[in-house]
Amino acid sequence: MDTLEVKQKLFHKLKIGNFSFVLPAIIIFSLFNVYPLFLILKLSFFEWNGISPLDQAKFIGIKHFIEIFTNDKLWWQSVWHAGIITILALTIQNVLALLLAMAVDRGIRGGNIYRVIFFLPPVLSGIVIGLIWQWIYNGHHGLLNHLFTFLGITRFENMAWLADPDTALYSVAIIHMWRGFGWGFIILLAGLQSIDSQLYEAAEVDGAETWHKFIHITCPLMMPVFILVSILTILGTMQIYDLIVSMTNGGPEYYTEVPITRILASMRGENRFGYACARGLVFGAMLLILSMIQIKVSKHMQKDL
Amino acid sequence: MKRRFFGYFLSIFVLVMIVPLIIGCSKRTSAKSSKSIIIWHWMTDRDQTFQELAKRYEEQTGMEVKFELYAPSDVYTQKVRAAAQTNNLPDIYGILGESQDISIFVSAGYVPDMTPYLDENDAKWRNTFFYESLETNEFKKNNRSNIEPGIYGIPIDVTNIQLLYNKDIFKKAGLDPENPPQTWEELLEAGAKIREAGFAPFVAGFGEIWLINSLTSCFAINLMGYEKFENTIKGDVPYNDPDWIKIFSLFEEMSNKNFFISGIVSMVNKQGERYFAQEDAAITYNGSWSVNVYKGMNPKLDYGTMLPPKINPENPVMIQGGAGSSFFINSRSKKRDAAVAFLKWITAKEQQIFLAEKTNNLPSNKNTFEGGADSLLAEFVDDMDKMFHPQTMDFYEHTRVLEKIAKGIQAIIIEKKTPTQVADEVQALKKSLMKK
Repeated sequence: MDTLEVKQKLFHKLKIGNFSFVLPAIIIFSLFNVYPLFLILKLSFFEWNGISPLDQAKFIGIKHFIEIFTNDKLWWQSVWHAGIITILALTIQNVLALLLAMAVDRGIRGGNIYRVIFFLPPVLSGIVIGLIWQWIYNGHHGLLNHLFTFLGITRFENMAWLADPDTALYSVAIIHMWRGFGWGFIILLAGLQSIDSQLYEAAEVDGAETWHKFIHITCPLMMPVFILVSILTILGTMQIYDLIVSMTNGGPEYYTEVPITRILASMRGENRFGYACARGLVFGAMLLILSMIQIKVSKHMQKDL
Repeated sequence: MKRRFFGYFLSIFVLVMIVPLIIGCSKRTSAKSSKSIIIWHWMTDRDQTFQELAKRYEEQTGMEVKFELYAPSDVYTQKVRAAAQTNNLPDIYGILGESQDISIFVSAGYVPDMTPYLDENDAKWRNTFFYESLETNEFKKNNRSNIEPGIYGIPIDVTNIQLLYNKDIFKKAGLDPENPPQTWEELLEAGAKIREAGFAPFVAGFGEIWLINSLTSCFAINLMGYEKFENTIKGDVPYNDPDWIKIFSLFEEMSNKNFFISGIVSMVNKQGERYFAQEDAAITYNGSWSVNVYKGMNPKLDYGTMLPPKINPENPVMIQGGAGSSFFINSRSKKRDAAVAFLKWITAKEQQIFLAEKTNNLPSNKNTFEGGADSLLAEFVDDMDKMFHPQTMDFYEHTRVLEKIAKGIQAIIIEKKTPTQVADEVQALKKSLMKK
């Protein structure tokens, strides 16, 4: 056996050995991610009640997808609602998170306390947060209305914020932002702290103003972090569910319905598992496209900067 | 050395992967011992009582009964469905949902017909039940689901939904607490007086579809008669019929007269129960199970039951009710006879008295209250003859139509839609579903 042959044999052995380390992850990933995805894809072409044996499911082709795109006004309404909350979260929530992260990054007194305080809402259960805020927003004994009355604003006495179609969605959106803000804050702060302070010092020597430092140093270097926070915000907000269920249950009427509540409504309420799978796939595809567009746009912006 | 290491690694990995799979896929339909049966349920409030009954049953018969609680109800529903798909149902279990849900389990072969057991010995077991409680679990001839006629579930308690009123608030509002309003006009008048006294007249979990639908059905049956109501579900009477518009208008009238508590349209039943228990509102719409709930929330609450108001004096007032919680036997269980024996035992008078005393639920055994009962429970029992249940009808309404009705009523209450608009929308949906 010559040296080359020995080397090749050793290489193959090592390859198998290395592969065996990755194998558990591949199997687990395939079993719990790839297989369910294929099952969802398959079920979306079937009419199935979710209980009968799968072989009793009826193949209906792309009928579910046709129904979603041509005759499911409620679904698109729910997507629009989630979209509104997402736009608010992307702008207000993330801008606020960035401003506060910058403040803490400057080494203001009690920075660690702020970190803990801002990160408290995200670690609480969504259902618990929903129930607490439901009580605060309550029209009868709500803390918010009491506060307004205390401040001399009597206009909102008995105002049921979560039962009024004009305020319900925005009331939920505010709580969602309050809850999600901590994540953005922590990630953005970590990003800011990774920027070399010498860059700012050099810019100061060159006479750069705060705004210029932000535009020409912070923004370009933070772009990957901005992309990450934006994608997490979009994915997290579009899939909002626990707050909706605990605060409004989709009501009043359909004013706070979101995609996940509609998917569950078709699955549990109507026993249409196939249709729920089709809705899930359409929703997943939408999020994927959105994320891809966002990555592309952000990369383009990064180049410009 | 390296080879051996990889060998060990792969063996451990295979073990780690396979053992949980084997455990996970092993059948749990029956306990290991032939002297035990497994029951799945979701009733958190009754779990302790069930455990006590299981202990008693084991002492009496030597058969071990394991009650396994899975809560909340959403989780339970999911568990039962998953178990059905993987053929892992226990010996006895409950099915949460409407008759459509039960029919799916029956047609998939997971539930046996209990009629032969009920009819043994001159229908001795059947005759112990309130008729209405069995009817809820019955599929009659020519039923829409094409299920073989029979009774498929055994009710362990019964329930009905009525208006409840706070006697203390009634007194404060100058109303007679022993003579609650009986007609529509009297109800609205009482509401005005209650509002004047500084209380909200009415609270209920109108954020929950089933509760709005239930009250709407009561109004509909009284206003148009049972037959016309059933014909609407059948599709022979449209939802934009003047009678239906009038029913939707009742909610508009209540809203206009400030009858509802603020925020009622997004309120879940639990919240509604809290407001009634805290004496913020005078009247509520809730089921007999709430006796236990209010006892826990405010033991001093002084309240009574009253029927929904009479809108049309020519038709009787009916209330929704039937089987409360029912148990179903797994048709693939090897211990079917033991399971039947246990269900016979738990629905016998002695156990039913124990259940009623401990949980304040109405027993399904009609002989339980021979000798007196808690006065409030007795009030609910007194109206058992006025019960109807959508599940006992030959036709049942599509869930999407029910959702549309409830959401439409929410829209009427918040003044976003008119009764006619809602009626037209519901009818349009009904028509499209009928076409399908």
